[in-house]
Amino acid sequence: MGGLQKKKYERGSVTNYITRNKARKKLQLSLPDFRRLCILKGIYPHEPKHKKKVNKGSTAPRTFYLLKDIRFLLHEPIVGKFRDYKVFVRKLKKAYGKTEWTAVERLKENKPAYKLDHIVKERYPSFIDALRDIDDALCMGFLFSTFARTGKCHVETIQLCRRLTVEWMNYVIASRSLRKVFISIKGIYYQAEVMGQLTTWLVPYQFSHDHPTDVDYRVMATFTELYTTLLGFINFRLYHSLNLLYPPKLDIKAESELKEEGDDDDYAMNSECYLEKLSALSTSLARVVSTAEDEEAQLDKFPVEEEDLEKMEAREMEQKQLEAHKKLFEGLKFFLNREVPRESLAFLIRCFGGEVSWDKSVCIGSAYEVTDETITHQIVDRPNIDKQYINRYYIQPQWVYDCVNAKILLPVEDYFLGVTLPPHLSPFVEEKEGDYVPPEKLKIMALQRGEKPAHEEEEEEEEEEEDDDEEEEEEDDEVEEKNLKKLEEQRSQGKSLSVKVTAGKVKVNNPARMEQDEKAEEKRLAIMMMKKKEKYLYDKIMFGKKRKIRETNKLTAKRKAHDDAEKSKKKTRK
Amino acid sequence: KEEEETKEEEDLSDSEDSVFSGLEDSGSDSADDDEEEEGSDHKGPEKDDLKFVCTIMTCSNPKGCNLFDSVQTSAVYGGSIHDVVVLQDIRNTVGNIPMEWYKDFPHIGYNLDGKKIYKPIRNKDELDDFLDKMEDPDYWRTVHDKQTGSDIVLSDEQVALVNRLQRGQFGDVNFNEYQPQVEFFSQDVMLHPVTNRPADKRSFIPSLIEKEKVSKLVHAIKMGWIKPRRTEDDSRGRYYDLWANEDSSILAKHKMHLPAPKAPLPGHQESYNPPPEYLFTDEERALWEQQDASDRKLPFVPRKFSSLRQVPAFPRFLHERFERCLDLYLCPRQRKMRVNVNPEDLIPKLPKPKDLQPFPTTQSLWSGSLYQCVSIRSMAGLSDDGTVRFWEVRSSRCMRTVQVGGAVKSIAWNPNPLVCLLAVARDSVVLILSPSLADRQVVLSTERLLSGQREAESTEEVGPVTWSDAEGEELSQGITLKIQHPKAVHQVTWHAKGDYLASVMPDHSSHLQVFIHQVSRRRSQNPFRKNKGLVQCVSFHPVRPYFFVGTQRSVRIYNLVKQEMTKKLQANSKWISSMAVHPGGDHVICGSYDCRLSWFDLDLSTKPYKMLRHHKKAVRSVAYHRLYPLFASASDDGSVIVCHGTVYSDLLQNPLIVPVKVLRGHVITHDLGVLDVTFHPTQPWIFSSGADATIRLFT
Repeated sequence: MGGLQKKKYERGSVTNYITRNKARKKLQLSLPDFRRLCILKGIYPHEPKHKKKVNKGSTAPRTFYLLKDIRFLLHEPIVGKFRDYKVFVRKLKKAYGKTEWTAVERLKENKPAYKLDHIVKERYPSFIDALRDIDDALCMGFLFSTFARTGKCHVETIQLCRRLTVEWMNYVIASRSLRKVFISIKGIYYQAEVMGQLTTWLVPYQFSHDHPTDVDYRVMATFTELYTTLLGFINFRLYHSLNLLYPPKLDIKAESELKEEGDDDDYAMNSECYLEKLSALSTSLARVVSTAEDEEAQLDKFPVEEEDLEKMEAREMEQKQLEAHKKLFEGLKFFLNREVPRESLAFLIRCFGGEVSWDKSVCIGSAYEVTDETITHQIVDRPNIDKQYINRYYIQPQWVYDCVNAKILLPVEDYFLGVTLPPHLSPFVEEKEGDYVPPEKLKIMALQRGEKPAHEEEEEEEEEEEDDDEEEEEEDDEVEEKNLKKLEEQRSQGKSLSVKVTAGKVKVNNPARMEQDEKAEEKRLAIMMMKKKEKYLYDKIMFGKKRKIRETNKLTAKRKAHDDAEKSKKKTRK
Repeated sequence: KEEEETKEEEDLSDSEDSVFSGLEDSGSDSADDDEEEEGSDHKGPEKDDLKFVCTIMTCSNPKGCNLFDSVQTSAVYGGSIHDVVVLQDIRNTVGNIPMEWYKDFPHIGYNLDGKKIYKPIRNKDELDDFLDKMEDPDYWRTVHDKQTGSDIVLSDEQVALVNRLQRGQFGDVNFNEYQPQVEFFSQDVMLHPVTNRPADKRSFIPSLIEKEKVSKLVHAIKMGWIKPRRTEDDSRGRYYDLWANEDSSILAKHKMHLPAPKAPLPGHQESYNPPPEYLFTDEERALWEQQDASDRKLPFVPRKFSSLRQVPAFPRFLHERFERCLDLYLCPRQRKMRVNVNPEDLIPKLPKPKDLQPFPTTQSLWSGSLYQCVSIRSMAGLSDDGTVRFWEVRSSRCMRTVQVGGAVKSIAWNPNPLVCLLAVARDSVVLILSPSLADRQVVLSTERLLSGQREAESTEEVGPVTWSDAEGEELSQGITLKIQHPKAVHQVTWHAKGDYLASVMPDHSSHLQVFIHQVSRRRSQNPFRKNKGLVQCVSFHPVRPYFFVGTQRSVRIYNLVKQEMTKKLQANSKWISSMAVHPGGDHVICGSYDCRLSWFDLDLSTKPYKMLRHHKKAVRSVAYHRLYPLFASASDDGSVIVCHGTVYSDLLQNPLIVPVKVLRGHVITHDLGVLDVTFHPTQPWIFSSGADATIRLFT
């Protein structure tokens, strides 16, 4: 038998992976540069299926990259730029050391810069790919645009982020693609459906950040670098898809109106004025081709077979609902008091077709004054207000958010000034069967179905009933096991008791129950015959299910306890 | 004090130095004015024929021009004036040298005539100095001149000058620093040019030096060493339609690409105003605080705010975003197949137990006493109190009770239907009982079998085992034969024909563990010469001359005719407790103390065909039904599980094993549940005896 002895770890999955250090050496980059490159190119470590094999028998924790990925990085032009930059820094240092100021000047003018366009194109070969990955970009953009313009990162980056996010918001307004909002303790979540892609982003509250020390801003800045590029191209494309001008221009009419006011200088410098006007979100954007009104894209009716007919109808219904949702605030006139978050609310109201204004001193671009008699809703976030107009509702800001999520105009009574607000629910939670549904959600669902809200007492009763229903359901879930246990108990008890002769009880054979028992028994016997692997999996699934039920029960119990406490409080007050 | 004074002196002298230097500096500034002023005095008569004017400037002081003389040389050349100011001491010609050089000489230099200037005789010591300081009112303005070595008393003007200079003012009192500027080059175009000098030649010839420099730069630019100023690059914020021509061919590159999962969407508990059930109770909060950050279910504490204006900034916002970034580029990704199965689909589809009837389902009979073991003919039970009891199954009546005088370990009915014999293992004795409960013919045939023994009795005698007839009372109870073993017997079992009987005496160290007795010839033999492990149980093959020996980990099958081992079955369990052979003879089940039941198909492999982990605790006993395709296992968890086990005559088809019934009823006492289990020979009934001292019949 000839041939050399086969060496271990020279074929198979080992050859597909490379450790980080080796990759770094292969690319001849320092670790920070390597990281930057990975971030920009979207290269991430892979977890091999058989780690020990790939790790050449060692179990030391190592990160592995795909060798193909690293080879792919070898030809990246940006690596050359990194090296250029290194040289530039070295030269600059030298010039400083020799106090050759002209050389410093010249070097600074020739600072190497790179563009990420080709990387964006490479990472996202099609527009939809890019849209799919825009969540993180938006989150980062909105975060960076709230940074103070000192210290942590370049001012230009912050300004660019602000510009891009404002453009994005303007697009969402123009396309009316916002679907859901959620005020969380972290910030405000928005979800928009852009070209069929659900995009969610989180906007922090407008406070200054206390910059933590254990956050590496260089990493974040690198990400932002990529994200701003991506966002810019996406904005461009989106604006053009709506026939809007890019970079965005305000509507001519609106612009002239704004000019009439003429006191732009109070708000911002000339260079920033336009961006400020844009970020006011109060005016519509100029279009390339001015069309009077978008023609609503009607769903074409095709001759369809009966099976599809239902689907078609369902789709049409959905479409109608969507249209209605888009025009939720149409015809309403809002006025924002100065203590409410202006940008968020203005964005929201404009997204759903409402008119909105605010005090002149708050921000540029207010359309009308408080005194305007046609205002229907004034959004206030203070316990009471001195001068109230009769013909408008004074409501708390949560109403707007809840309306958007409920897709209908909710009754305003619960949101008046000084009223304890109903809980704000997350619109992202979609309850499946068996999950816990908060009673408030049920109420909103009832409203959506068009049921009139009953009086409070009835409501309470309803709630109770609902609770009961839920409990029953839970019982049903547990019925199987309970029944079995009961049966066994009965049996064992029966046996131990029947030592004495007692008067026999007539056993009523419930045929349904018998059948159920039989089935349960059958199932248990079949479970006994499962293979070890499947049994493990089955047990795991069942454990998960049981835990879910337990959690649901816990929530229900907590809610019930809370409600009872509330009721008793009410009674004592009475 | 004196030291201090000297220091002061030094200070003073220092200041003087600075004064002089100041004079030098300011001199150049005010030179023009001085020159003009004084020049008119001194130079006036010489002016006419001079191209070279030498002016001696004299500071006005009491000793004439002895202190300083600034020789100012004004060279007038073609209209432009170059001033050269030289300060010179005219008394001592040594020049501006450190005077220490003359430290060791009696003179300190030479005068204009070249004569030595001698140092003044200086006999002042510190005391004199001090006295001077105390007495001389001019001491403070006395300055030691190093050049001449003499002390000079400064005049009032000089002191004033020093003061002015120290204050940073001009030396000249009369100098007006704010006099209006005469603009020589004004915006008014004058009639005549300022100078009439013709332009230089070099002003209209291209400069060679410049040319050289420029050519160097050009070369550097050509070579790319330096780059000319770049146009302001504003492309950073300039965007265009990047996806104008999409081609999906690039997509093929990204086959291994795993897109990062999206950040999870927030639930109700993250709301600023969540429903009350999502808020933490005190206990939950305490738990949350105690837990490590990685163990927490929620990374934050749900909070409730009564209105939107009260919501503060989230302190960990930046952290979370940063962690997300880290996840995106540092976290290894792996394609994980999420098992999305309906748990119901995992349950194997088995034939319904209903279709596999008959099998025992309900308990119909039980009797209480101290039983350990059952064996069925009509039915026999035995107890720790040293009795063997017989019941009739049909009437469930206890027919007989036989006192055997000792704890009984095991009993077995003779499987031959023509013989009614029972083997009982009591301590180290195996008793053969003939209860004479059967009909006459059977009793007769039994008698015949036993009588046959007598004939053979005398012929042979085996060493360790002695056969003896029972006598007296024992005989009247039905005990006919006693087989005395060297050690305690744990199990007895019959051959299917009913003539042979095997007994087990588990022992680690001896090869005397198994005996095979022939009842008809009253002969015993030890088939094994070697100890191959602790024997747990033995069994005869129902048809062929095979003998199964179950040791701790394996089952050995011996061919009794050829006297060799044919197979060794690996049970894959830690400790075999019991074994049963299928009436067909091709299948064996083994129960073990580690809760498993292994089914061997002898034609298939020496490894178990199926491992059944039905029981939660040790399996004590297993049994096959003789006619029906049933087998049962009894366990310490108090249950008897009856399974359907069809064996097909077709060799290609594997046996079908379906559990059909879990029979419960025995109460667990002292961690022991069901100890023994046996099927009825003809009916689908099962008898089980438990540690709770009962025998139960399930029909």
